[in-house]
Amino acid sequence: MRIVFAAACAVGMFAGGAALAQNAITDPECIAPAQPGGGFDLTCRVAQDGFSEVLSEPMKVSFLPGGSGAVAINQFNTTRTDDPNAIVAFSTGSLLNIVTGKFGEWTENDVRFVGTVGADFGAVVVRADSEWQNLDDLVATLKEDPTSVIFGSGGSVGSQDWMKGAILLDTVGLDAKTIRYVAFDGGGEAIAALLGGNTDVFFADMGEMTAHMDTGEMRILASLSPERLPAPFEEIPTAIEQGYDAEYTIMRGFYVGKNVSDEAYQEWIDVFRSAYENDHFNKVVAEKGLLKMQMAGDELNASIADRVDRLRGMAQRAGLIQ
Amino acid sequence: METVLSGLAGGFGVALHPFNLFLVLVGCFGGTLIGALPGIGPTNGVAILLPIAYGLGLPVESALILLAGIYYGAEYGGRISSILLNVPGDSGAVMTTLDGHPMAVNGEAGRALSLSAVASFIGGTFAVVLMSVFGPLLASYAISFSPADYVALMVFAFASLASLVGKDPLKTLIAALIGLMLATVGIDASTGIKRYDFGIPDILAGIDFLVVIIGLFGIGELLHLVEQQVTGRMSLLKLDKSFVSKADLLLTKWTIARGSVIGFFVGILPGTGASVASAVAYGTEKRLARDSEKFGTGDPRGLAAPESANNAAAGGAMVPMLTLGIPGSGTTAMLLGALLLFNVQPGPLMFQQRPEIAWGLIASMYIGNVALLVINLPLVGLFARMLTIPPRYLTPLIGVLAFVGVYAVIGNTFDLKLAIGLGIFGWILRKLDFQLAPVILGFVLGSLFENNLRRALSMSGGDWSILLESFDSQALYVLTALTIVIPVIVGRRRLRMAAQKQ
Repeated sequence: MRIVFAAACAVGMFAGGAALAQNAITDPECIAPAQPGGGFDLTCRVAQDGFSEVLSEPMKVSFLPGGSGAVAINQFNTTRTDDPNAIVAFSTGSLLNIVTGKFGEWTENDVRFVGTVGADFGAVVVRADSEWQNLDDLVATLKEDPTSVIFGSGGSVGSQDWMKGAILLDTVGLDAKTIRYVAFDGGGEAIAALLGGNTDVFFADMGEMTAHMDTGEMRILASLSPERLPAPFEEIPTAIEQGYDAEYTIMRGFYVGKNVSDEAYQEWIDVFRSAYENDHFNKVVAEKGLLKMQMAGDELNASIADRVDRLRGMAQRAGLIQ
Repeated sequence: METVLSGLAGGFGVALHPFNLFLVLVGCFGGTLIGALPGIGPTNGVAILLPIAYGLGLPVESALILLAGIYYGAEYGGRISSILLNVPGDSGAVMTTLDGHPMAVNGEAGRALSLSAVASFIGGTFAVVLMSVFGPLLASYAISFSPADYVALMVFAFASLASLVGKDPLKTLIAALIGLMLATVGIDASTGIKRYDFGIPDILAGIDFLVVIIGLFGIGELLHLVEQQVTGRMSLLKLDKSFVSKADLLLTKWTIARGSVIGFFVGILPGTGASVASAVAYGTEKRLARDSEKFGTGDPRGLAAPESANNAAAGGAMVPMLTLGIPGSGTTAMLLGALLLFNVQPGPLMFQQRPEIAWGLIASMYIGNVALLVINLPLVGLFARMLTIPPRYLTPLIGVLAFVGVYAVIGNTFDLKLAIGLGIFGWILRKLDFQLAPVILGFVLGSLFENNLRRALSMSGGDWSILLESFDSQALYVLTALTIVIPVIVGRRRLRMAAQKQ
């Protein structure tokens, strides 16, 4: 949707009139490659609101839905390859789409990754009355009979939600293709199926569990994060702690077109780095339910290269690609 | 009950605040207009206006009240283009075209618009009342509904559809099959395998419902109008000042009651929505009617049934969202996403943690339904006047709205071409005397049926007996059998009685 409400947004967001930093980025634009209201919209709102003290001009948000980001990456490789003022939101899911060929010919080398604003992590969730208290219990059941457990998530085989499970099962030598996996249309339906007793295990995002933490209806067996997360998740052990080398980080960040000049690219990296030091930015990140993950420039590129490699390996082992 | 009443009292305190009341009215009015645009329904309406609501910097309960107003306003408005233009405003309004448009062609546009407004009001209000009193109880029932039960529900819906069969059952069947085929395009959810994508990345995620509806109905209708103009068979409709009468309401009172109940209970199930609800309601009414041959020619009952059902379903879809934090439909998923943008964690604890949002929203739905009736009835004359626009202006207008709708929502030029292709296809189907509603229903029900069948079978490890395991499934199959068998028996008996008389 190429509808831009720059004026309305600007008035709303920047009426505070904070001391604005100086930089050369004019008319900055954040492109959410999806319909409003989803994860990419959220990512852009974090930038729009969070960068208000580090950008000299207010940022506008526009929407470019289509193919979970395929339309956007296509546009930034055809008509807007050198637009120095626009950043496009991406997530680990976009990297998975690249790996599984859903972005057509475009790969991770066709854009320049700038920086992340935050992250979410995978979660292994069961009903509160489930017999499994930890990952060991679940793995023991699976080893006895892999088909006795019904997994359900909000994405198809080969999607992020499925990948979280595949990575975990891979650490104990189980083939994700042999398990009973039920693909629902979005996390909401998957939670309904878990609570309704139609599935046994749900591969979720930690972020979407925030609202369900105090209801006592579900139990998070493990968070698929590199280390323990802050409140309200401080009691949740990681899979790694429990002896399973499984991690799934959903990074939320931005890229620019491939032909953007080095100067403009560096300018954006500096914006991200100053934002990481900015209290308002960090407050916005937390308010929007994201966890801390701050990487820009080379550090991010190295991390993405590594992630893409790992995702490609998993996708190959799972038979998603040759 | 006490908590419900005190919650509602607090909610009305929020919703009746003059500013919020103003937002309900703005949302309802804007929603009606958006819903009246061909193809742009509640989900897209909320999507288009979400950035505005966010940009205005409103308090969260006010923003949500505005968006919810747009949501049910669009649900109301969807009937307008169905009735006047024969182009459904959204998926839930497909069935509305069947008798709504013939009424307009018969010179009863005003009567159709006002009757459907009343039916929508009753369906919508019924849903809100049930939601506020029995919400949590209903939600726990809704989530226990398993994929196998959904399969049974879809079989039941297909059986109801059989009643749509017009003069030519074979053509209805083929039309539904075309819809089923269109639904299989894209990445298969269960295996991740690409199907019928012909190497085109734009359709990997499947064909958008909006494109199908704008193409088949919108552009198909456009070509039909142009053809009529060219051949000079176009007759200009006179301005009609018809309005719903007491007799209409008496005739349709049980239809509306049944439509509301069916709509609400189908609506609370996550994943199904207004389209399934209105199809089942229409099918049920046609089966129950003694003079069912009148359906499809502009029968008020054929209009009241889907309209009460789709508005009741829109209310029902709010139940799992508010009580469990589970979005039951595309629009409610978007409302939940909106909450997150406004830094509110959506979920089951909202009633305790942020009662002003949860109850304020519910109270605003009571007000919204009344507001919609009040806004819509006086506008009936204005909307009916649209039909008197000379075709040389109306035809391009439909064309522009159709293309702007597709592009504004999807933003991809490929979908414009796809819509044109489907439009030509739809026109050819019309020439061959095919009905288009079964195509759309095949498209909507087909993917629900397939996805749930696949889910049920992956749960059971390929064992088909899972389909008959639960009581809900068995009950639905019995109902299906009855809807198929009873008309046959009744028909035979009538034939025999007719024979005896002679």
